[in-house]
Amino acid sequence: MRYLDEYRDPVLARALLEEIHAVATRPWTIMEVCGGQTNTIVRQGIDELLPAGVRMVHGPGCPVCVTPLEIVDRAIAIAVRPNVIFTSYGDMLRVPGSATDLLTVKAAGADVRVVYTPLDAVRLAERHPDREVVFFAVGFETTAPANAMAVLHAAQLGLRNFSVLVSHVLVPPAMTAILDAPGTRVQAFLAAGHVCAIMGWTEYEPLAARYRVPIVVTGFEPLDLLEGILMAVCQLEEGRFEVENQYARAVRRTGNAAAQEAMTKVFHVSDRTWRGIGEIPASGLALAPEYTDFDAVTRFEVGGVTARENPACVAGEILQGTKVPTDCVAYGVICTPRHPLGAPMVSAEGTCAAFHNAGRLTPSEPTP
Amino acid sequence: MCLGVPGKIVEMTGGEPSMGVVDFGGLRREACLAYVPEAAVGDYVIVHVGFAISIVDEQEARRTLAVLRAIPGGLDEISR
Ligand code: SF4
Repeated sequence: MRYLDEYRDPVLARALLEEIHAVATRPWTIMEVCGGQTNTIVRQGIDELLPAGVRMVHGPGCPVCVTPLEIVDRAIAIAVRPNVIFTSYGDMLRVPGSATDLLTVKAAGADVRVVYTPLDAVRLAERHPDREVVFFAVGFETTAPANAMAVLHAAQLGLRNFSVLVSHVLVPPAMTAILDAPGTRVQAFLAAGHVCAIMGWTEYEPLAARYRVPIVVTGFEPLDLLEGILMAVCQLEEGRFEVENQYARAVRRTGNAAAQEAMTKVFHVSDRTWRGIGEIPASGLALAPEYTDFDAVTRFEVGGVTARENPACVAGEILQGTKVPTDCVAYGVICTPRHPLGAPMVSAEGTCAAFHNAGRLTPSEPTP
Repeated sequence: MCLGVPGKIVEMTGGEPSMGVVDFGGLRREACLAYVPEAAVGDYVIVHVGFAISIVDEQEARRTLAVLRAIPGGLDEISR
């Protein structure tokens, strides 16, 4: 397909790599925020082809990974109710809760359904007026407008049997938290192109200036990532710290106005707990007062559910870029994509799963 | 879930919210077009969880590729 194959051209990729090697004179540490980008970087081995000193650290941008454990437990508590149809994006089903996961309760008889889009959940609510349909509204700024539209559409249809379990997170506050963390090594960011397609990049300008970090809005194909890395390295070498846009074909400076309008109508900014990181002020979205009728937490009274994390899992450090999966004692041993101990092992966007799927070994494992 | 995929709008079906059909290299799927009100049949859009979130700008796409092709190593390889 056009716009896809061209951005995977191996000849251009090699040229870009050579250019990065030519430009980089010092070691630099760059974080890609988005899990989709992590997946491409690790799968294509881009990080291993960079000059020795240029390191990619993998950021917290996997919504599956940062959804707090107690929200997963609440999802499970709602899903097992007899009258509920619980709907979710597929990759949330295997996320381990404190005691079980959605897939396991589904196998035991709970009505848990995977939907491709939140509008499918609204359709289910229309078709089953006698059942309660709940949608697991997780994700970053990319999914928020879709989830907002589901709520707006349900409100317009006057559906009383539709609700959402909201766990929305926002990227800029997480970047701030990473930069504020003691001992942070991140010197530049590749910002997530599709988050910026919605939000634009004006929010990143004060961040770049205040922390003196280059931020490059970057796409998802191998050439996008290589060009994004090259742009970040050039800025670092030249001592610049600007917001640049590599992904100009899909991202405009002020983002998508219609999507932002729906988002701000349905949601307002709230404090959020990030799994493995903890609470970050003003880092998420909650339903705006006019739409709290659609809040599954109050409808099903699951606000009191608390959770207990597996102590072996170092997901927090991995999400903040201070550890890599191969540093974890459980990695590949008791924690695998088939039996994930922590969330980053669940989705292909999770750093642990990306490493495992690419066959990355722990330093102690012999190379086969 | 964070995968956004480019596809071509092949049909506008309207409705509230407005919907359309997007072709992803042969695979056709319904998508919500409410957030790309200026989109038309033939436009490429990035689709994310069933919503078109951005129109792909052809000129910018071509410009980026031209920039990449101008990188010295790339030109050498191509002209060889
Ligand atoms: S390998 Fe498993 S246990 Fe270790 S940090 Fe990753 S998800 Fe947690």
